[in-house]
Amino acid sequence: MKEAKMKMEGGSLFVYITCEIDHHTAKKIRESVDTELARAMPKELIFDFSGVGFMDSSGIGLILGRLEKAQSVGATLVVRGLSPTLRKLVRISGIEKLKSLSVI
Amino acid sequence: MKNIINEMKLRLPAISVNESVCRSAISAFLAELDPTVEELGDIRLAVSEAVTNCIVHAYRDMPRGEVGNIYISVRLYNTREVSIEISDNGCGIENVEEAMRPMFTTGEGNERCGMGFLVMENFTDTLSVKSKVGRGTTVLMRKFLKQPEENVSDLISSSVKGEK
Repeated sequence: MKEAKMKMEGGSLFVYITCEIDHHTAKKIRESVDTELARAMPKELIFDFSGVGFMDSSGIGLILGRLEKAQSVGATLVVRGLSPTLRKLVRISGIEKLKSLSVI
Repeated sequence: MKNIINEMKLRLPAISVNESVCRSAISAFLAELDPTVEELGDIRLAVSEAVTNCIVHAYRDMPRGEVGNIYISVRLYNTREVSIEISDNGCGIENVEEAMRPMFTTGEGNERCGMGFLVMENFTDTLSVKSKVGRGTTVLMRKFLKQPEENVSDLISSSVKGEK
């Protein structure tokens, strides 16, 4: 799929998002990540945002939704590669305070 | 004296593919004022939230197969003020104060996190929301862009700091 590239490595599922994240694209990303998550059953889900040029609050919903899915299969969620603008949005949302989520 | 130097009006169907269309159109329109990357990013984000609200919430009661419209009006002033009005003719908001409360959402099950108005508020300089149930909602946002000279001096001072 063109919105995200995924690979399994050492029990971790890496998701590299390669498009702008809004309400329109979040749905597609969500569907393909959830399918892969259920198939691969990783110990860790790593979301890499370094290829994301734009994200609105749909991205926060996407992260929270995947956190719930990851927990349901016993995996942890790591969010990385946030640009300064994305980091500002994440900070406003308060999700960094969630103990079950690592933002690096 | 404050004068309008340019104005743009857009009308688009409230379908999700138009979220990025609205962002791109406003970016192109603002290029004349040469905003900083941060200013442009802030405006794109606020616009995306307002437009998404029209798409996700405003027309949720529309009969199947019918699509409402999003109306956008952007004005540039000689004072480097940008005003952006985004409206719909949708269901309206019963309690605007409650809707603007962070994490309030009626979009459960669709991974909406109730941050739209919070983001609009944080990434623009002023925000006002007017709504009438059954008539629609209008969001007015203003952003005051820095003077280009300030941008240049900011760049110089940050590069000087960087050299130290």
